[in-house]
Amino acid sequence: MAASEKKWTIGAVRAALTAKKISARELTRDHYAQIERDNPNLNAFLALCPERAYAQADKIDAMVGRGAELPALAGVPVAVKDVISTRDVTTTCGSKILQHYVPPYDATVVTRLEAAGAVILGKTNCDEFAMGSSNENSAYGPVRNPVAPDRVPGGSSGGSAAAVSAGMATAALGTDTGGSIRQPGALCGIPAMMPTYGRVSRYGLIALASSLDRIGPFTNTVSDAATIMGLIAGRDANDSTSALHDVPDYSVSLDRPVTGLRIGIPSEYFGPGMDPAVRHNIEVGIGSLEKLGCKTVQLKMPHTDYAIAVYYILLTAEASSNLARYDGVRYGLREAGDGTLMGMYRATRGRGFGAEVKRRIILGTYVLSAGYYDAYYRKGQQVRELVTRDFREAFMKVDAILTPTSPVPAFKLGERTEDPLAMYLADIYTVTGSLAGVPGISVPCGKTPDGLPVGLQIFGPHFGEARVLQIANAFEKVRAESGLEN
Amino acid sequence: MKITREEVLKVAELAHLELTEAEVTKYQQQLDSILEYIAKLNAVDTSKVEPMAQVLAETNVVNPAMREDVVIPCDVAKDVLTQAPDADGKYFKVPKVIER
Repeated sequence: MAASEKKWTIGAVRAALTAKKISARELTRDHYAQIERDNPNLNAFLALCPERAYAQADKIDAMVGRGAELPALAGVPVAVKDVISTRDVTTTCGSKILQHYVPPYDATVVTRLEAAGAVILGKTNCDEFAMGSSNENSAYGPVRNPVAPDRVPGGSSGGSAAAVSAGMATAALGTDTGGSIRQPGALCGIPAMMPTYGRVSRYGLIALASSLDRIGPFTNTVSDAATIMGLIAGRDANDSTSALHDVPDYSVSLDRPVTGLRIGIPSEYFGPGMDPAVRHNIEVGIGSLEKLGCKTVQLKMPHTDYAIAVYYILLTAEASSNLARYDGVRYGLREAGDGTLMGMYRATRGRGFGAEVKRRIILGTYVLSAGYYDAYYRKGQQVRELVTRDFREAFMKVDAILTPTSPVPAFKLGERTEDPLAMYLADIYTVTGSLAGVPGISVPCGKTPDGLPVGLQIFGPHFGEARVLQIANAFEKVRAESGLEN
Repeated sequence: MKITREEVLKVAELAHLELTEAEVTKYQQQLDSILEYIAKLNAVDTSKVEPMAQVLAETNVVNPAMREDVVIPCDVAKDVLTQAPDADGKYFKVPKVIER
């Protein structure tokens, strides 16, 4: 494991700053020192912004100096996935086509974190335009899993997961379209949360699939995830799809007992194809929640098996539209091609995009093209309704749904790159919740006998973040005594 | 085969993507197996199911009202144009489109 002397939590940073055991500047410097040491091996960061980070740290230190009340994330070192816009800091989306792109504005989530005192350290590696489940589709090389460096960290937010898992950042933002927060969280052994669709503003998030994309946190504890969720959630005038619902104080309900809560166990998530060690840990995890007084309810969610097929129709269709904007005119790469406008478009896109992005643009254009629209796109939207209905009906009977996050622990680099379909199936337990728009968290659930992390996934109903966090927190507290090491 | 070589070429043209010969062959094979997999949806009876475009439409929480139509200054042209591969004054420059 990439050595980290200490994994900070938000509370630990606050306590150390208040007690003047460390300054925000020293904490920032320590993190950059660790990044300098570990990043050449892990490749989790694509860009660092030390000027911005130290300026923010100095502001926090000045507040400490004059005894001002510190904001919630004062001095907390945070990493941001490179699909989220940061003013004056290169934002590549893991793509050659945006290699030199410098956004003229900050995403709302970045503004909100900095307003809460967070120190943004830099931008994290990811699959190109968030398309992938292993981080091997980055144009800037794969990220290595800090727990097992010959293995993938998961994807697409692999850099954010690795940064927090290795202690290079205390928290990180990722994005989840089909599992891209939860799956790398599981594979790197840290909590990772996907909020309800619309709960967190997407302003400044460079779009992959607009009906699915969400931003959420990676942290070292469930409590830290609750803190960050409370800060980034809520209506934003700059994102008309952001929900109007009030944001509850997630920390208030975090420690409430889970006795009597009904936990649904859908049989479709426990079929063949699951690694036996993953199955074992998830069963132990469910057992430990039963001991806390949760009532398990066996569920049927019959459309689960169709979710990957639906997802790869709708995702590629939306992505092919969203990525039409990269044409060499307004930003990013331009290749002259044969000198005509069309030739310039074709050459720019053909050379600027990597293999997976082109594959998905072609598939998405195909399913939307005349003659195939009804057979694929419309059919996909209809079955999406059925997948969502499974969740709606389940939440009439239960308070939360428990499943594994990933059928397998971290796989070896290169193991799945030649077979796109095998890679797509890595998301088999996560895409369902993406299609249904519900919130979900992956919380560490011990390790396999080979020492690889396993993630337990908890889904809640729309805007049920508080419940999801409460159950995850209860589980995190009893995990060790259940015999699940972390 | 679910997808022909000609269809791959046609779709690449629609998507403005230059592909190499090797890419065309590879994508045809890979897309064929993906479409083969997606065909499992044909087993689902959707004759009475409305297509879902928006996940939270029914709860009416997303975008329930148009915002007030007020003019907000948006003086960002200079910042935006710094990112253009080729710009001239207030304009993006592109290869000539219209022949005289």
